[in-house]
Order: sequence, then structure tokens, then C-alpha cells
Amino acid sequence: MTAPVMAQAAPEAAVQMRKTTYIQAVNEALREEMRRDESVFILGEDVAHYGGLFRVTRGLLDEFGPQRVIDTPISEQGFMGMALGAAAVGMRPVVELMYMDFTLVAADQIFNQIAKYHYMTGGLIHLPIVVRGQQGGGKRYGSQHSQCVEGLYAHFPGIRVVVPATPYDAKGLLKSAIRDDNPVVFLEHKMLYFTRGEAPPAEVEYTVPIGLADVKRTGQDLTLVTYGYCLLQALEAADALAARYGIQVEVVDLRTVNPMDTDTIWESVAKTGRLLAVHESYANCGVGAEVVARAYEEAPHLLRAPARRLGMAPVSIPVSKPLEDEILPWKQQIMAAVLEMMRA
Amino acid sequence: MAYPFPTEIHRVVDPEGNLVGDPPELSPEQHRKLYYWMVFGRMWSERMVALQRQGRMGTFAPHVGQEAQAGIASPLRQDDWLLGTYRECIAYFVKGLSPLAPMATHRGYFSRGYTRELGLVPLQIVIGNQMLHAVGVAMAMQYEGTDRVAVGVCGDGATSQGDFHEALNFAAVFQAPFIAVVQNNQYAISVPRQRQAAVEYLAYRGPAFGIPGYIVDGNDVLAVHKVVQECVERARAGEGPSLVELLTYRMGAHTTADDPTKYRSDEEVAHWQARDPIKRYRIFLLRQEILSNEEDEALHEQATADLQRCVEEFEAMPPPRPEEIFEHVFETPPPNLLRQRDEILGTP
Repeated sequence: MTAPVMAQAAPEAAVQMRKTTYIQAVNEALREEMRRDESVFILGEDVAHYGGLFRVTRGLLDEFGPQRVIDTPISEQGFMGMALGAAAVGMRPVVELMYMDFTLVAADQIFNQIAKYHYMTGGLIHLPIVVRGQQGGGKRYGSQHSQCVEGLYAHFPGIRVVVPATPYDAKGLLKSAIRDDNPVVFLEHKMLYFTRGEAPPAEVEYTVPIGLADVKRTGQDLTLVTYGYCLLQALEAADALAARYGIQVEVVDLRTVNPMDTDTIWESVAKTGRLLAVHESYANCGVGAEVVARAYEEAPHLLRAPARRLGMAPVSIPVSKPLEDEILPWKQQIMAAVLEMMRA
Repeated sequence: MAYPFPTEIHRVVDPEGNLVGDPPELSPEQHRKLYYWMVFGRMWSERMVALQRQGRMGTFAPHVGQEAQAGIASPLRQDDWLLGTYRECIAYFVKGLSPLAPMATHRGYFSRGYTRELGLVPLQIVIGNQMLHAVGVAMAMQYEGTDRVAVGVCGDGATSQGDFHEALNFAAVFQAPFIAVVQNNQYAISVPRQRQAAVEYLAYRGPAFGIPGYIVDGNDVLAVHKVVQECVERARAGEGPSLVELLTYRMGAHTTADDPTKYRSDEEVAHWQARDPIKRYRIFLLRQEILSNEEDEALHEQATADLQRCVEEFEAMPPPRPEEIFEHVFETPPPNLLRQRDEILGTP
């Protein structure tokens, strides 16, 4: 019933790709899935008339009406619980959290209920819920509106965690997420919304399977595992490292954090012998720590140098531009970490 | 919408069994069914506590004294939804759940006895969460264009949780076919009702959200049925949600891990003992000649035999297979979970 973890044919080579934005890709995925399946509906704060604070749901109210694009009262725990009830009786809710930081407001319904419901009903009731929204820093929104929460979600069993970086992956993965019978959290990044990339035209059907990583840049010197907005920073860093130092970094885009496609990582590390995991969320107890720990548990023989992780320092995210720039583990920090590993 | 604070306490049969209000229209068969589940429910609860004391059952929340909850489920159709807590077992039985089902849960068989057709989801453990789920179910029914309704039941303690307030607010804003029922049994574990909320009646919460509130003698099964029935009819007709407060009392402990003598007096317990929901319904049924003494005796014998069979079936249940721990974490288990399962079970 659910999107299988297996490769799916990419669109025919003959399809003329076009440039689109990340925000457009997400909007198209929502629109196409709502056309395809009448049980798909959207709820959240300011998603209907206003089209979402970040304009992701723009135009959907006009096409699908107020019963399927629902402006809710400000109560994240409330509409998260409602989504559970609706999903339990056959609907497929797509819940927008205006900022993914608000996960914490709805945490009881998400982690105590949604994540455990399938288990605690002995498989009787599955919950095809997508929780989506934007996260991350870069816009000077301060400590409570800039956090990355994928590590938090991935810590709990029962929820799939998807963090796509490109318009192509965002559209394909959101379609898979909506069709999945498990709860899926779909994490966008506020710095990604207006980035552009190649994708098939709106009417060409494709999906990207949940649980498959993708090598976005090949190289033989070091494997850099990342996802989300950090992918773009990592690719820039990799180009600069190649131009300036002749270092060839292979960049693995996890795309899905839970379940994690470690096979693709090990395949790369078998070639490079070096592993660096990078993400914007906290390094402490984070996804990078998980990648490195699994490397030592499952593939220590592949490592020719100590594996490392790079993430946010354990501080609250500052609202000041110079301070936020200082703390975000982006291009400069990535380059420094790679150079340190290559020189060790 | 503007609704006044309710003032009337709805009652049909007083504690002495006298008819003091218009009874709902129920056939003798429906009366006997309600009475059977109240009688059976009390025996079942007492047996569950005994089994727990013998180490044969997990932690259990007794519902003795709250048997009039049967009237929450009796006005519902099979295709309506009921979402309650661990203390709504009797209402669930009336809706069609096998009494074996909550027992099986203690063995780790979460879904045993439940089906989608019963319009029941497994009993909720976390305080207040199910009220929001019920609103979501109700809105799905509304979207599907049916006249089905959803009833969410919680205790007095849960009315202090945000979930309760958010549920009433959502239901009111969207005019969802939802009925919120509060079993006010006067205590949230040890904290008395007066320390839970400063309002005189929890039903006042309804008008505050723009929906009607009802106060009901929660030990009078016919009053419970009648008021819930009225709310269900309003919801079916598209006239929106309601809040019903049932004034009742938990005669036993919060759970088998609780000692109520530490926080309430014998006098208080005796006061409620005199308002027993089964006793007064029995007097009413005998006086109305819906039930004879002989039939009552036979019904008790039947309940005793049914309970015995139930316990035997429970005891015969094998422990679940270890691999079940992994089976329903996800709809489809991811590869790393399968690897961990194989590691733990030692199978290749």
C-alpha cells in the first residue's frame, strides 16, 4: 500500500526539463496529489486565503475550496490531533506547520500519538499524515523560528523524515510522502524556497522514493553526507575545494533521514575512505552523530581516517546577522572541516 | 452562537428509583441491554481488579460507580464513532466491543476485538488527546457528506488540558458533528474537581466556546441516554457540537496503583454509594415491569457465566511473539529496523 523503498524510473529522457523554483515544486506536488486523490486535504495556519506565510499553498483554496484547504485557529496541538482523527477514518491530511519549530507545541500529538498509533492499534489503523513546513536559519528569525528539527523527529520510531534539497526531489518526495501510509515529516528550508533547479513539466508524473540517498557530486577524496539546504552549501564548498586545492569531494544527499540509506554512504566511503556528515541542526546527538556511529558499527573497515560530523554549535540561534552567519555550519565551515580532515 | 450557562440538572430517575422526568423512548429489549452491560460491567471491573491483585492482569482503571456511561453509547448508530479512555469500557461494550478486547490489550494484543465497522478506536491512555481525534473524525464525516457523528469522552481532569479546549474551539468554529462528554467523577487521581477548575459546572465551558452545555445526573443512565441522544440528533442535523457533563463518582481507585483512602472521606463515599446507578435503574425496571425479579436473577447468572468465559479465554491467550515488537512500528518496516529485529531474534 505504501511507496516501496526501491528505485523508480526517472522520467523519460525525452521529457523536456524546465527550470522551476523549490516553492513551485512543492505547490505543484500538493496540487497534483489533491487532484489525484479526494481524501488529500491541507490544514494549518494561514494556508487558505493567504496561501501560507511562505506562499507554498498559494492558489489551492481557489481550486479545492475551504473543505480541503482549511485555515485553522492558532493551535498546533489542536490541528495535529484533528489530523490524526481524520487520518484514522481514511483521510490523508497534509498539515502545515508555519515554522517547524512549532513541532514542539504539537509534540504530544506527534510523538505520543501519531508516531505510536499504528503500533498501539496492532496495525489496525495506519495514519497517512504528512507534516510539512520550513525550518532553518539564514533569515535572522532568531532562536524560536530558525531551528532544524529533523534529528528530533528521527529520534522517535514511527515517523519517516524527508529533507529534500532540490525542486526535483522536493516534488517527487512530497508525492511519495502523501501516498505513503506512514506518518511522514517533510522538511523544507526557508533558504531553499526561491532556489531553482531542473524538473519535468507540471503534467509529467514522477515520484522520488522515500529512503533512497542520491550522489549529487562525485569525487574520490572524501565522502560528504548531507541533506536539505546544507547540500547547496556543500556543493559550493566542494567546487571551491576542487578549484583551490584540487580536493575532490563526493557529496551524498541523504534526502531521507529516517530510514537512512546507509548502503549508498558505504558505497561512497569504500571509494574515498573518509566520511564527513554535515547538517545545520545541532551536532550534539544529531543525525551526523548517527551517520558516524553507524559507520563505526557497520563499516569501520572502510574508514582510512576518523569519521567526523559538522553541525550547529550547542547554542541558541542568534537573531543578529553577523552572529547568525558565524554560527551556521555553511560553506566556510564545511571547507575548513574538509581541509582539516584532508591534512590530518 | 450565544448559549446561556445551563442551570438544569437533567434527571429521569432519582436515586430512589422514582421517575422524575420523561423517560427516553426505549424498547424493553433496549432497556435490558443497557442494564445487562451495567451489571456485567461492574462484575467485569471487579474481576479485573482481582486478577490484577493476583498478578494475572496489568494496571487497571476500575469504573465501578460510573456504569451509567452505558447511556453514552446507546443513542449511537453502529456507523457513528466513539472515542473514549480507559474508563469508558462499558460504553465501548454497548457499542459492540468484546469485553475480551481491553483484556487482550494487557497481553499486548492491541487490535484484538476492534474493527473499523464498530466505530471504535482503541481506548485512549493519554489524558485529553482523544477529544481532538474525535473532532478530526467528525470533520471527516462532515467532509464525506454523511450524517454520522463522533463522540469524544474524557474525565473531569482532562478538561484542564489544552486538547479539551482546542477540541471544543475547533468543533465550534467548524460546526463539526461532535459531542464532547465529560465523565465528571469528581477526582483526577487525587485532585478534587474544585481544584481542577474554578467554574461551578464544567458544562459552562460549552457556552464559552459558542456551543450548548448540558449538566446531567451521570448516575442516571436514562438521563445520560436522553441528553446524548438530543445532542446526537442536533449534530446529525448539521446543528453543530455540544458539551455534556455527567455528574458521577468513581467508587473505586483511580487505578490498581492508587489508594483513594488517602484523599477522600468515608462519608463522601457513602454519600455517593446511596446514588448507585445500577440500584436505581433496577428499581425503575422492576416498577415499570420491564424486568421481573426472576429475569433479573437470570440476567445476573448470564453475566456471571459470560464473564467466566471471558476470563478463561483471556487466560488461554498465548504471550505475543517477540517479533511483534517490530511489526507495526511502521506500516512497512524500514531495512534498518528489520536488521535490528534479526539481530535481536538471532535469525539470519
